[in-house]
Amino acid sequence: MKTRKLYIGGAFKRSESEHSYPVTDKKQEPLAHLCRSSRKDLRNAVEAARKAFGGWSARSAYNRGQILYRMAEMLEGRREPFIHELEQISLTRQQAEAETDAAIDRLVHYAGWTDKYPTLFSSVNPVAAPYFNFSIPEPCGVAGIISPEDQALIAPVSLMAPVIAGGNTCVLLTSEQMGSVACTLAEVLHSSDLPGGVVNILTGIRSELVPHLVRHLDVNVLILAADDSDMKKEIQENAHLNVKRVHIYEQKDWNKETTQSPYRIMDAQEIKTTWHPVGY
Amino acid sequence: MNSKKTGLQPELPPFVPIDQVGVEERAARFRTRSIKAESKVHALRLALQMVDLTTLEGMDTPGKVRQLCHKALYPHGIDPEVPKVAAICVYPNRVRLARQILEGSGIRVASVATSFPSGMGQPNARIDEVRHAVEEGAEEIDMVISRWAFLSGEYRLVQDEIASVKEACGPSHLKVILETGELGTYDNIRRASDIAMDAGADFIKTSTGKVSPAATLPVTVVMLEAIRDFYFKTGRPVGMKPAGGIRDAKTALHYLVAVKETLGGDWLTPDRFRFGASSLANDLIMQLMKQKSGSYQSADYFSMG
Repeated sequence: MKTRKLYIGGAFKRSESEHSYPVTDKKQEPLAHLCRSSRKDLRNAVEAARKAFGGWSARSAYNRGQILYRMAEMLEGRREPFIHELEQISLTRQQAEAETDAAIDRLVHYAGWTDKYPTLFSSVNPVAAPYFNFSIPEPCGVAGIISPEDQALIAPVSLMAPVIAGGNTCVLLTSEQMGSVACTLAEVLHSSDLPGGVVNILTGIRSELVPHLVRHLDVNVLILAADDSDMKKEIQENAHLNVKRVHIYEQKDWNKETTQSPYRIMDAQEIKTTWHPVGY
Repeated sequence: MNSKKTGLQPELPPFVPIDQVGVEERAARFRTRSIKAESKVHALRLALQMVDLTTLEGMDTPGKVRQLCHKALYPHGIDPEVPKVAAICVYPNRVRLARQILEGSGIRVASVATSFPSGMGQPNARIDEVRHAVEEGAEEIDMVISRWAFLSGEYRLVQDEIASVKEACGPSHLKVILETGELGTYDNIRRASDIAMDAGADFIKTSTGKVSPAATLPVTVVMLEAIRDFYFKTGRPVGMKPAGGIRDAKTALHYLVAVKETLGGDWLTPDRFRFGASSLANDLIMQLMKQKSGSYQSADYFSMG
Protein backbone atom coordinates (compact mmCIF):
# COMPACT_ATOMS: atom_id res chain seq x y z
CA MET A 1 0.00 0.00 0.00
CA LYS A 2 1.32 3.37 -1.00
CA THR A 3 2.09 6.28 1.29
CA ARG A 4 1.12 9.34 -0.68
CA LYS A 5 3.54 12.21 -0.38
CA LEU A 6 2.99 15.87 0.34
CA TYR A 7 3.57 18.51 -2.30
CA ILE A 8 5.70 21.36 -0.95
CA GLY A 9 7.63 23.88 -2.99
CA GLY A 10 7.31 21.84 -6.16
CA ALA A 11 8.70 18.68 -4.57
CA PHE A 12 7.01 15.53 -3.36
CA LYS A 13 8.06 15.17 0.24
CA ARG A 14 7.40 12.93 3.17
CA SER A 15 6.14 14.56 6.32
CA GLU A 16 8.85 15.87 8.61
CA SER A 17 6.98 14.06 11.40
CA GLU A 18 7.49 10.69 9.65
CA HIS A 19 3.94 9.87 10.69
CA SER A 20 1.20 8.64 8.41
CA TYR A 21 -2.34 7.40 8.79
CA PRO A 22 -4.32 4.81 6.86
CA VAL A 23 -7.38 5.68 4.81
CA THR A 24 -9.99 3.35 3.35
CA ASP A 25 -12.09 3.14 0.21
CA LYS A 26 -15.86 3.17 0.19
CA LYS A 27 -16.02 -0.53 1.10
CA GLN A 28 -13.84 0.19 4.14
CA GLU A 29 -10.96 -1.70 2.52
CA PRO A 30 -7.49 -0.22 3.10
CA LEU A 31 -6.66 2.20 0.27
CA ALA A 32 -3.47 4.10 1.10
CA HIS A 33 -1.49 5.85 3.77
CA LEU A 34 -1.47 9.62 3.91
CA CYS A 35 1.25 11.75 5.48
CA ARG A 36 0.28 13.24 8.80
CA SER A 37 1.68 16.73 8.29
CA SER A 38 3.17 18.45 11.28
CA ARG A 39 3.26 22.13 12.03
CA LYS A 40 6.77 22.18 10.62
CA ASP A 41 5.51 20.86 7.30
CA LEU A 42 2.95 23.64 7.40
CA ARG A 43 5.66 26.18 8.14
CA ASN A 44 7.73 24.86 5.23
CA ALA A 45 4.72 25.00 2.94
CA VAL A 46 3.96 28.61 3.84
CA GLU A 47 7.62 29.46 3.37
CA ALA A 48 7.58 27.85 -0.07
CA ALA A 49 4.39 29.69 -0.97
CA ARG A 50 5.87 33.02 0.13
CA LYS A 51 9.00 32.36 -1.88
CA ALA A 52 6.97 31.55 -4.99
CA PHE A 53 4.70 34.56 -4.62
CA GLY A 54 7.02 37.18 -6.10
CA GLY A 55 7.63 35.30 -9.31
CA TRP A 56 4.09 34.04 -9.75
CA SER A 57 2.40 37.38 -9.18
CA ALA A 58 4.86 39.03 -11.56
CA ARG A 59 3.96 36.66 -14.40
CA SER A 60 1.77 38.19 -17.03
CA ALA A 61 -1.92 37.47 -16.56
CA TYR A 62 -1.89 35.85 -19.97
CA ASN A 63 0.86 33.45 -18.93
CA ARG A 64 -0.98 32.48 -15.76
CA GLY A 65 -3.99 31.75 -17.92
CA GLN A 66 -1.92 29.54 -20.20
CA ILE A 67 -0.65 27.57 -17.23
CA LEU A 68 -4.13 27.10 -15.78
CA TYR A 69 -5.29 25.96 -19.16
CA ARG A 70 -2.39 23.55 -19.31
CA MET A 71 -3.48 22.20 -15.92
CA ALA A 72 -6.92 21.55 -17.39
CA GLU A 73 -5.33 19.70 -20.30
CA MET A 74 -3.17 17.56 -18.04
CA LEU A 75 -6.17 16.76 -15.88
CA GLU A 76 -8.14 15.77 -18.94
CA GLY A 77 -5.29 13.51 -19.98
CA ARG A 78 -5.65 11.71 -16.68
CA ARG A 79 -9.42 11.70 -16.70
CA GLU A 80 -9.72 7.92 -16.40
CA PRO A 81 -7.40 7.48 -13.40
CA PHE A 82 -9.20 10.27 -11.57
CA ILE A 83 -12.60 8.77 -12.27
CA HIS A 84 -11.31 5.44 -11.05
CA GLU A 85 -9.88 6.93 -7.85
CA LEU A 86 -13.02 8.90 -7.05
CA GLU A 87 -15.14 5.84 -7.71
CA GLN A 88 -12.96 3.79 -5.42
CA ILE A 89 -13.17 6.30 -2.61
CA SER A 90 -16.80 7.37 -2.50
CA LEU A 91 -18.72 7.89 -5.72
CA THR A 92 -20.61 5.98 -8.37
CA ARG A 93 -19.09 5.82 -11.83
CA GLN A 94 -21.49 8.45 -13.09
CA GLN A 95 -20.85 10.85 -10.23
CA ALA A 96 -17.10 10.39 -10.59
CA GLU A 97 -17.30 11.23 -14.29
CA ALA A 98 -19.35 14.32 -13.57
CA GLU A 99 -16.95 15.51 -10.89
CA THR A 100 -13.84 15.00 -13.03
CA ASP A 101 -15.38 16.80 -16.00
CA ALA A 102 -16.52 19.64 -13.77
CA ALA A 103 -12.98 19.98 -12.40
CA ILE A 104 -11.54 20.21 -15.93
CA ASP A 105 -14.13 22.83 -16.87
CA ARG A 106 -13.45 24.77 -13.69
CA LEU A 107 -9.78 25.15 -14.57
CA VAL A 108 -10.65 26.27 -18.11
CA HIS A 109 -13.12 28.76 -16.65
CA TYR A 110 -10.54 30.46 -14.42
CA ALA A 111 -7.84 30.20 -17.09
CA GLY A 112 -10.00 32.47 -19.17
CA TRP A 113 -10.47 34.97 -16.37
CA THR A 114 -6.83 35.69 -15.54
CA ASP A 115 -6.41 38.55 -18.01
CA LYS A 116 -9.99 39.77 -17.81
CA TYR A 117 -10.90 40.21 -14.18
CA PRO A 118 -8.51 43.17 -13.61
CA THR A 119 -10.32 45.08 -16.37
CA LEU A 120 -13.64 44.26 -14.84
CA PHE A 121 -12.81 45.22 -11.28
CA SER A 122 -10.55 48.19 -11.94
CA SER A 123 -11.95 51.67 -12.05
CA VAL A 124 -11.07 55.22 -12.82
CA ASN A 125 -12.41 57.32 -9.97
CA PRO A 126 -13.74 60.82 -10.22
CA VAL A 127 -11.96 63.05 -7.70
CA ALA A 128 -12.33 66.75 -6.95
CA ALA A 129 -8.67 67.63 -7.49
CA PRO A 130 -6.30 67.58 -10.45
CA TYR A 131 -5.41 63.94 -10.13
CA PHE A 132 -5.86 60.92 -12.28
CA ASN A 133 -7.20 58.46 -9.73
CA PHE A 134 -7.52 54.78 -10.48
CA SER A 135 -7.98 51.51 -8.59
CA ILE A 136 -6.72 48.09 -9.57
CA PRO A 137 -6.92 44.69 -7.88
CA GLU A 138 -3.67 43.10 -6.72
CA PRO A 139 -3.07 39.64 -5.24
CA CYS A 140 -2.97 39.54 -1.43
CA GLY A 141 -0.11 37.07 -1.09
CA VAL A 142 -0.29 33.63 0.47
CA ALA A 143 -3.66 31.99 0.92
CA GLY A 144 -4.48 29.15 3.28
CA ILE A 145 -7.25 26.94 1.93
CA ILE A 146 -9.14 24.38 3.95
CA SER A 147 -10.92 21.97 1.67
CA PRO A 148 -14.19 20.26 2.62
CA GLU A 149 -14.22 16.67 3.81
CA ASP A 150 -15.95 15.37 0.66
CA GLN A 151 -15.79 16.19 -3.07
CA ALA A 152 -12.14 15.30 -3.08
CA LEU A 153 -11.34 16.61 -6.56
CA ILE A 154 -13.77 19.34 -7.50
CA ALA A 155 -13.53 21.17 -4.18
CA PRO A 156 -9.75 21.63 -4.08
CA VAL A 157 -9.73 22.60 -7.75
CA SER A 158 -12.58 25.10 -7.31
CA LEU A 159 -10.93 26.65 -4.27
CA MET A 160 -7.38 26.79 -5.56
CA ALA A 161 -7.94 27.87 -9.17
CA PRO A 162 -9.34 31.37 -8.50
CA VAL A 163 -6.70 32.02 -5.87
CA ILE A 164 -3.77 31.25 -8.16
CA ALA A 165 -5.48 32.74 -11.22
CA GLY A 166 -5.24 36.07 -9.41
CA GLY A 167 -1.49 35.71 -8.80
CA ASN A 168 -1.60 34.44 -5.22
CA THR A 169 0.12 31.33 -3.96
CA CYS A 170 -1.52 28.89 -1.57
CA VAL A 171 -1.28 26.13 0.97
CA LEU A 172 -4.11 23.66 0.66
CA LEU A 173 -5.20 21.40 3.51
CA THR A 174 -6.94 18.45 1.92
CA SER A 175 -9.81 16.36 3.11
CA GLU A 176 -8.60 14.15 5.93
CA GLN A 177 -10.00 10.87 4.61
CA MET A 178 -10.07 11.56 0.86
CA GLY A 179 -6.78 13.46 0.62
CA SER A 180 -5.24 10.94 -1.75
CA VAL A 181 -7.10 12.50 -4.68
CA ALA A 182 -5.46 15.84 -3.96
CA CYS A 183 -2.12 14.03 -3.88
CA THR A 184 -2.84 12.74 -7.36
CA LEU A 185 -3.85 16.27 -8.34
CA ALA A 186 -0.39 17.41 -7.24
CA GLU A 187 1.05 15.23 -10.00
CA VAL A 188 -1.11 17.11 -12.50
CA LEU A 189 0.06 20.46 -11.17
CA HIS A 190 3.63 19.27 -11.26
CA SER A 191 3.48 18.52 -14.96
CA SER A 192 1.71 21.74 -15.95
CA ASP A 193 4.52 24.30 -15.89
CA LEU A 194 3.11 25.60 -12.62
CA PRO A 195 6.14 26.97 -10.74
CA GLY A 196 7.02 25.05 -7.57
CA GLY A 197 5.52 26.54 -4.41
CA VAL A 198 2.53 28.20 -6.06
CA VAL A 199 0.30 25.41 -4.81
CA ASN A 200 1.36 23.36 -1.78
CA ILE A 201 -0.72 20.40 -0.73
CA LEU A 202 -0.80 18.98 2.78
CA THR A 203 -2.65 15.96 4.06
CA GLY A 204 -3.10 15.28 7.74
CA ILE A 205 -5.21 15.74 10.81
CA ARG A 206 -6.66 19.15 10.23
CA SER A 207 -7.45 20.00 13.81
CA GLU A 208 -3.67 19.83 14.38
CA LEU A 209 -2.83 22.11 11.48
CA VAL A 210 -5.56 24.72 11.33
CA PRO A 211 -4.57 26.56 14.55
CA HIS A 212 -1.05 27.09 13.23
CA LEU A 213 -2.29 28.09 9.81
CA VAL A 214 -4.66 30.64 11.29
CA ARG A 215 -2.01 32.15 13.54
CA HIS A 216 0.68 32.22 10.89
CA LEU A 217 1.47 35.86 10.25
CA ASP A 218 2.71 35.21 6.74
CA VAL A 219 -0.66 33.92 5.56
CA ASN A 220 -2.74 36.73 4.13
CA VAL A 221 -6.00 35.06 3.17
CA LEU A 222 -7.86 32.21 4.74
CA ILE A 223 -10.52 30.28 2.89
CA LEU A 224 -12.55 27.76 4.82
CA ALA A 225 -14.84 25.49 2.85
CA ALA A 226 -15.14 22.76 5.45
CA ASP A 227 -18.33 22.56 7.44
CA ASP A 228 -16.76 22.52 10.88
CA SER A 229 -17.86 24.85 13.63
CA ASP A 230 -14.69 24.37 15.71
CA MET A 231 -12.52 25.42 12.81
CA LYS A 232 -14.78 28.34 12.12
CA LYS A 233 -14.47 29.48 15.71
CA GLU A 234 -10.69 29.04 15.67
CA ILE A 235 -10.44 31.15 12.54
CA GLN A 236 -12.74 33.88 13.69
CA GLU A 237 -10.90 34.17 16.98
CA ASN A 238 -7.37 34.29 15.63
CA ALA A 239 -7.32 35.58 12.07
CA HIS A 240 -7.10 39.14 13.35
CA LEU A 241 -3.45 38.68 14.36
CA ASN A 242 -2.31 39.98 11.00
CA VAL A 243 -5.75 41.00 9.74
CA LYS A 244 -6.17 38.07 7.40
CA ARG A 245 -8.94 38.15 4.88
CA VAL A 246 -11.28 35.39 5.92
CA HIS A 247 -13.80 33.78 3.60
CA ILE A 248 -16.07 31.04 4.77
CA TYR A 249 -17.80 29.29 1.89
CA GLU A 250 -21.05 27.66 2.86
CA GLN A 251 -22.03 25.93 -0.35
CA LYS A 252 -22.27 22.18 -0.32
CA ASP A 253 -22.08 21.19 -3.97
CA TRP A 254 -18.96 22.39 -5.79
CA ASN A 255 -19.98 20.52 -8.94
CA LYS A 256 -22.47 23.23 -9.75
CA GLU A 257 -21.45 25.83 -12.27
CA THR A 258 -22.95 28.50 -10.07
CA THR A 259 -20.01 28.13 -7.69
CA GLN A 260 -17.61 29.54 -10.25
CA SER A 261 -17.36 33.28 -10.57
CA PRO A 262 -14.78 36.03 -10.98
CA TYR A 263 -15.86 37.23 -7.54
CA ARG A 264 -14.04 34.20 -6.16
CA ILE A 265 -10.84 35.62 -7.67
CA MET A 266 -11.58 38.91 -5.96
CA ASP A 267 -11.81 37.15 -2.60
CA ALA A 268 -8.00 36.98 -2.57
CA GLN A 269 -7.36 40.40 -4.07
CA GLU A 270 -6.91 43.78 -2.53
CA ILE A 271 -7.62 47.05 -4.26
CA LYS A 272 -4.78 49.46 -4.80
CA THR A 273 -5.72 53.05 -5.52
CA THR A 274 -3.24 55.43 -7.11
CA TRP A 275 -3.37 59.20 -7.21
CA HIS A 276 -1.40 60.42 -10.18
CA PRO A 277 -0.91 64.15 -10.68
CA VAL A 278 -2.47 65.35 -13.92
CA GLY A 279 -0.34 67.24 -16.41
CA TYR A 280 2.99 65.48 -16.01
CA MET B 1 49.26 42.87 24.53
CA ASN B 2 51.65 42.84 21.64
CA SER B 3 54.84 42.63 23.64
CA LYS B 4 55.30 38.95 22.94
CA LYS B 5 55.33 39.51 19.16
CA THR B 6 53.81 36.13 18.53
CA GLY B 7 53.64 36.99 14.86
CA LEU B 8 57.34 37.02 14.17
CA GLN B 9 58.38 33.55 15.12
CA PRO B 10 60.80 32.17 12.58
CA GLU B 11 59.23 28.76 12.09
CA LEU B 12 56.02 28.07 10.22
CA PRO B 13 53.54 26.05 12.23
CA PRO B 14 53.70 22.31 11.53
CA PHE B 15 51.45 20.81 8.90
CA VAL B 16 48.34 19.10 10.28
CA PRO B 17 46.48 16.87 7.84
CA ILE B 18 42.67 16.79 8.02
CA ASP B 19 40.47 13.75 7.62
CA GLN B 20 37.88 15.02 5.16
CA VAL B 21 35.32 12.28 5.69
CA GLY B 22 35.70 12.48 9.45
CA VAL B 23 35.22 16.23 9.53
CA GLU B 24 32.15 16.12 7.33
CA GLU B 25 30.61 13.35 9.40
CA ARG B 26 31.30 15.27 12.57
CA ALA B 27 29.81 18.46 11.11
CA ALA B 28 26.73 16.55 9.98
CA ARG B 29 26.22 15.32 13.50
CA PHE B 30 26.09 18.85 14.86
CA ARG B 31 22.96 19.34 12.78
CA THR B 32 21.12 16.59 14.57
CA ARG B 33 21.01 18.07 18.08
CA SER B 34 17.54 18.75 19.33
CA ILE B 35 17.35 22.10 21.10
CA LYS B 36 14.26 22.58 23.21
CA ALA B 37 12.30 25.74 23.74
CA GLU B 38 14.07 27.34 26.67
CA SER B 39 17.59 26.61 25.41
CA LYS B 40 16.49 27.71 21.99
CA VAL B 41 15.49 31.16 23.20
CA HIS B 42 18.79 31.43 25.02
CA ALA B 43 20.69 30.33 21.92
CA LEU B 44 18.78 32.70 19.65
CA ARG B 45 19.52 35.63 21.92
CA LEU B 46 23.15 34.63 22.14
CA ALA B 47 23.45 34.24 18.38
CA LEU B 48 21.95 37.69 17.88
CA GLN B 49 24.52 39.18 20.24
CA MET B 50 27.23 37.56 18.12
CA VAL B 51 26.17 39.00 14.81
CA ASP B 52 28.44 41.36 12.91
CA LEU B 53 25.81 43.20 10.91
CA THR B 54 27.50 43.56 7.58
CA THR B 55 27.15 45.61 4.46
CA LEU B 56 30.01 45.43 1.98
CA GLU B 57 28.77 46.56 -1.37
CA GLY B 58 29.66 49.11 -3.96
CA MET B 59 26.26 50.67 -3.35
CA ASP B 60 26.83 51.39 0.34
CA THR B 61 25.63 54.97 0.46
CA PRO B 62 25.92 56.86 3.75
CA GLY B 63 22.15 56.48 3.98
CA LYS B 64 22.34 52.71 3.77
CA VAL B 65 25.02 52.51 6.44
CA ARG B 66 23.01 54.86 8.64
CA GLN B 67 19.99 52.61 8.25
CA LEU B 68 22.04 49.55 9.18
CA CYS B 69 23.40 51.30 12.27
CA HIS B 70 19.88 52.10 13.39
CA LYS B 71 18.98 48.48 12.82
CA ALA B 72 21.85 47.61 15.15
CA LEU B 73 20.68 50.09 17.78
CA TYR B 74 17.02 49.17 17.61
CA PRO B 75 16.89 45.57 16.43
CA HIS B 76 13.17 45.15 16.87
CA GLY B 77 11.85 48.65 17.32
CA ILE B 78 9.03 47.69 19.61
CA ASP B 79 10.45 45.02 21.87
CA PRO B 80 13.38 46.38 23.92
CA GLU B 81 14.18 42.90 25.22
CA VAL B 82 15.66 41.88 21.90
CA PRO B 83 19.44 42.07 22.39
CA LYS B 84 21.74 44.16 20.25
CA VAL B 85 24.26 42.83 17.76
CA ALA B 86 27.99 42.79 18.48
CA ALA B 87 29.26 45.00 15.70
CA ILE B 88 28.70 46.70 12.40
CA CYS B 89 31.02 45.71 9.57
CA VAL B 90 31.58 48.23 6.78
CA TYR B 91 34.14 49.53 4.31
CA PRO B 92 36.81 51.93 5.69
CA ASN B 93 35.21 55.02 4.19
CA ARG B 94 32.01 54.40 6.15
CA VAL B 95 33.73 53.80 9.49
CA ARG B 96 33.58 57.41 10.67
CA LEU B 97 29.86 57.65 10.02
CA ALA B 98 29.16 54.35 11.78
CA ARG B 99 31.25 55.41 14.76
CA GLN B 100 29.33 58.67 15.07
CA ILE B 101 26.01 56.89 15.19
CA LEU B 102 27.07 54.02 17.42
CA GLU B 103 29.20 55.99 19.89
CA GLY B 104 28.43 54.95 23.41
CA SER B 105 26.06 52.14 22.42
CA GLY B 106 28.49 49.30 23.07
CA ILE B 107 28.20 48.19 19.47
CA ARG B 108 31.63 47.97 17.90
CA VAL B 109 32.60 49.15 14.47
CA ALA B 110 34.52 46.73 12.30
CA SER B 111 36.06 47.59 8.98
CA VAL B 112 37.36 45.41 6.21
CA ALA B 113 40.74 46.45 4.88
CA THR B 114 43.77 45.24 2.88
CA SER B 115 42.11 45.47 -0.54
CA PHE B 116 39.00 43.53 0.40
CA PRO B 117 37.79 41.21 -1.05
CA SER B 118 40.60 40.04 -3.37
CA GLY B 119 43.61 41.22 -1.41
CA MET B 120 45.35 41.97 -4.68
CA GLY B 121 46.42 45.54 -3.81
CA GLN B 122 49.95 46.87 -3.37
CA PRO B 123 51.38 45.69 -0.04
CA ASN B 124 51.98 49.23 1.20
CA ALA B 125 48.57 50.41 0.13
CA ARG B 126 47.01 47.51 1.99
CA ILE B 127 48.78 48.41 5.21
CA ASP B 128 47.89 52.08 4.74
CA GLU B 129 44.26 51.12 4.39
CA VAL B 130 44.43 49.38 7.76
CA ARG B 131 45.99 52.45 9.41
CA HIS B 132 43.36 54.65 7.79
CA ALA B 133 40.52 52.49 9.07
CA VAL B 134 41.98 52.45 12.57
CA GLU B 135 42.38 56.23 12.55
CA GLU B 136 38.79 56.63 11.44
CA GLY B 137 37.77 54.68 14.50
CA ALA B 138 37.51 51.02 13.51
CA GLU B 139 37.80 48.88 16.63
CA GLU B 140 38.07 45.71 14.61
CA ILE B 141 39.86 45.12 11.32
CA ASP B 142 38.85 42.31 8.98
CA MET B 143 41.81 41.66 6.68
CA VAL B 144 42.04 39.27 3.75
CA ILE B 145 45.09 37.09 3.20
CA SER B 146 46.87 36.90 -0.14
CA ARG B 147 45.35 33.70 -1.42
CA TRP B 148 47.59 33.79 -4.47
CA ALA B 149 50.63 33.65 -2.21
CA PHE B 150 49.17 30.90 -0.06
CA LEU B 151 48.22 28.79 -3.04
CA SER B 152 51.66 29.17 -4.61
CA GLY B 153 53.23 27.92 -1.41
CA GLU B 154 54.59 31.23 -0.17
CA TYR B 155 53.38 30.69 3.36
CA ARG B 156 56.08 32.89 4.83
CA LEU B 157 54.78 35.84 2.82
CA VAL B 158 51.28 35.27 4.15
CA GLN B 159 52.59 35.01 7.68
CA ASP B 160 54.62 38.22 7.38
CA GLU B 161 51.73 40.07 5.85
CA ILE B 162 49.40 39.12 8.70
CA ALA B 163 52.02 40.08 11.24
CA SER B 164 52.52 43.51 9.70
CA VAL B 165 48.77 44.12 9.52
CA LYS B 166 48.54 43.12 13.16
CA GLU B 167 51.16 45.73 13.92
CA ALA B 168 49.29 48.36 11.93
CA CYS B 169 46.10 47.55 13.83
CA GLY B 170 47.52 48.81 17.09
CA PRO B 171 44.87 48.33 19.75
CA SER B 172 42.18 47.30 17.27
CA HIS B 173 41.27 43.64 17.02
CA LEU B 174 42.42 41.76 13.96
CA LYS B 175 40.22 39.25 12.18
CA VAL B 176 41.92 37.32 9.42
CA ILE B 177 39.75 36.25 6.50
CA LEU B 178 41.07 33.05 4.98
CA GLU B 179 38.53 32.93 2.13
CA THR B 180 38.16 29.19 2.54
CA GLY B 181 36.18 28.90 -0.69
CA GLU B 182 39.37 29.66 -2.59
CA LEU B 183 41.73 27.51 -0.57
CA GLY B 184 40.36 24.29 -1.98
CA THR B 185 41.11 21.68 0.67
CA TYR B 186 40.60 21.23 4.40
CA ASP B 187 44.34 20.72 4.71
CA ASN B 188 44.88 24.19 3.30
CA ILE B 189 42.23 25.69 5.56
CA ARG B 190 43.86 24.17 8.62
CA ARG B 191 47.26 25.36 7.48
CA ALA B 192 46.04 28.91 6.80
CA SER B 193 44.31 28.97 10.22
CA ASP B 194 47.52 27.90 11.95
CA ILE B 195 49.56 30.50 10.10
CA ALA B 196 47.05 33.26 10.87
CA MET B 197 46.87 32.47 14.57
CA ASP B 198 50.61 32.11 14.78
CA ALA B 199 51.03 35.53 13.16
CA GLY B 200 48.83 37.18 15.75
CA ALA B 201 45.21 36.98 14.57
CA ASP B 202 42.64 37.72 17.28
CA PHE B 203 39.94 36.07 15.18
CA ILE B 204 40.03 33.82 12.17
CA LYS B 205 37.20 34.27 9.71
CA THR B 206 36.06 31.95 6.95
CA SER B 207 35.08 34.15 4.06
CA THR B 208 34.55 37.52 2.51
CA GLY B 209 31.03 36.61 1.49
CA LYS B 210 31.93 37.40 -2.11
CA VAL B 211 33.02 33.88 -3.04
CA SER B 212 30.89 30.78 -3.15
CA PRO B 213 31.04 28.52 -1.15
CA ALA B 214 31.29 30.85 1.83
CA ALA B 215 31.04 29.56 5.40
CA THR B 216 30.14 25.91 5.76
CA LEU B 217 29.89 23.84 8.89
CA PRO B 218 32.76 21.42 8.06
CA VAL B 219 35.10 24.32 7.29
CA THR B 220 34.13 25.91 10.59
CA VAL B 221 34.81 22.66 12.41
CA VAL B 222 38.30 22.49 10.90
CA MET B 223 38.99 26.05 12.01
CA LEU B 224 37.55 25.50 15.49
CA GLU B 225 39.81 22.49 15.93
CA ALA B 226 42.76 24.60 14.85
CA ILE B 227 41.78 27.17 17.49
CA ARG B 228 41.52 24.44 20.10
CA ASP B 229 44.95 23.04 19.31
CA PHE B 230 46.46 26.52 19.27
CA TYR B 231 44.91 27.25 22.65
CA PHE B 232 46.31 24.07 24.16
CA LYS B 233 49.74 24.88 22.73
CA THR B 234 49.98 28.57 23.59
CA GLY B 235 47.19 29.35 26.05
CA ARG B 236 45.99 32.21 23.86
CA PRO B 237 42.29 32.03 22.94
CA VAL B 238 41.54 32.99 19.34
CA GLY B 239 38.04 33.86 18.17
CA MET B 240 36.14 32.40 15.24
CA LYS B 241 33.92 34.14 12.72
CA PRO B 242 32.07 32.21 10.06
CA ALA B 243 30.77 34.64 7.45
CA GLY B 244 28.63 34.47 4.38
CA GLY B 245 25.81 32.09 3.61
CA ILE B 246 24.43 31.84 7.16
CA ARG B 247 20.96 33.19 6.57
CA ASP B 248 18.67 31.47 9.02
CA ALA B 249 18.47 30.96 12.72
CA LYS B 250 18.51 27.19 12.42
CA THR B 251 21.89 27.17 10.69
CA ALA B 252 23.23 29.63 13.25
CA LEU B 253 22.23 27.27 16.06
CA HIS B 254 24.14 24.43 14.36
CA TYR B 255 27.23 26.60 14.48
CA LEU B 256 26.74 27.31 18.16
CA VAL B 257 26.46 23.58 18.80
CA ALA B 258 29.72 23.06 16.91
CA VAL B 259 31.45 25.73 19.01
CA LYS B 260 30.12 24.37 22.27
CA GLU B 261 31.15 20.81 21.46
CA THR B 262 34.56 21.69 20.03
CA LEU B 263 35.78 24.55 22.19
CA GLY B 264 33.39 24.53 25.13
CA GLY B 265 31.19 27.14 26.72
CA ASP B 266 34.02 29.64 27.15
CA TRP B 267 33.80 30.39 23.46
CA LEU B 268 30.06 31.08 23.52
CA THR B 269 30.54 34.81 23.88
CA PRO B 270 30.66 37.64 21.35
CA ASP B 271 34.29 38.21 22.35
CA ARG B 272 35.24 34.86 20.90
CA PHE B 273 32.62 33.99 18.35
CA ARG B 274 30.88 36.06 15.70
CA PHE B 275 28.62 35.59 12.74
CA GLY B 276 29.29 37.71 9.68
CA ALA B 277 25.88 38.17 8.16
CA SER B 278 23.32 40.62 6.98
CA SER B 279 20.00 38.80 6.73
CA LEU B 280 20.66 36.45 9.66
CA ALA B 281 19.83 39.09 12.28
CA ASN B 282 16.31 39.48 10.95
CA ASP B 283 15.67 35.77 10.98
CA LEU B 284 16.97 35.47 14.53
CA ILE B 285 14.66 38.26 15.66
CA MET B 286 11.77 36.61 13.82
CA GLN B 287 12.45 33.29 15.54
CA LEU B 288 12.68 35.02 18.92
CA MET B 289 9.31 36.59 18.28
CA LYS B 290 7.98 33.21 17.20
CA GLN B 291 9.09 31.73 20.51
CA LYS B 292 7.55 34.62 22.39
CA SER B 293 4.19 34.82 20.63
CA GLY B 294 3.76 31.22 19.54
CA SER B 295 2.83 32.14 15.99
CA TYR B 296 4.99 31.97 12.92
CA GLN B 297 6.16 35.40 11.87
CA SER B 298 6.17 37.23 8.57
CA ALA B 299 9.06 39.21 7.11
CA ASP B 300 6.47 41.91 6.38
CA TYR B 301 6.72 43.05 9.98
CA PHE B 302 10.48 43.33 10.30
CA SER B 303 12.66 46.12 9.02
CA MET B 304 15.07 45.40 6.23
CA GLY B 305 18.81 45.36 6.70
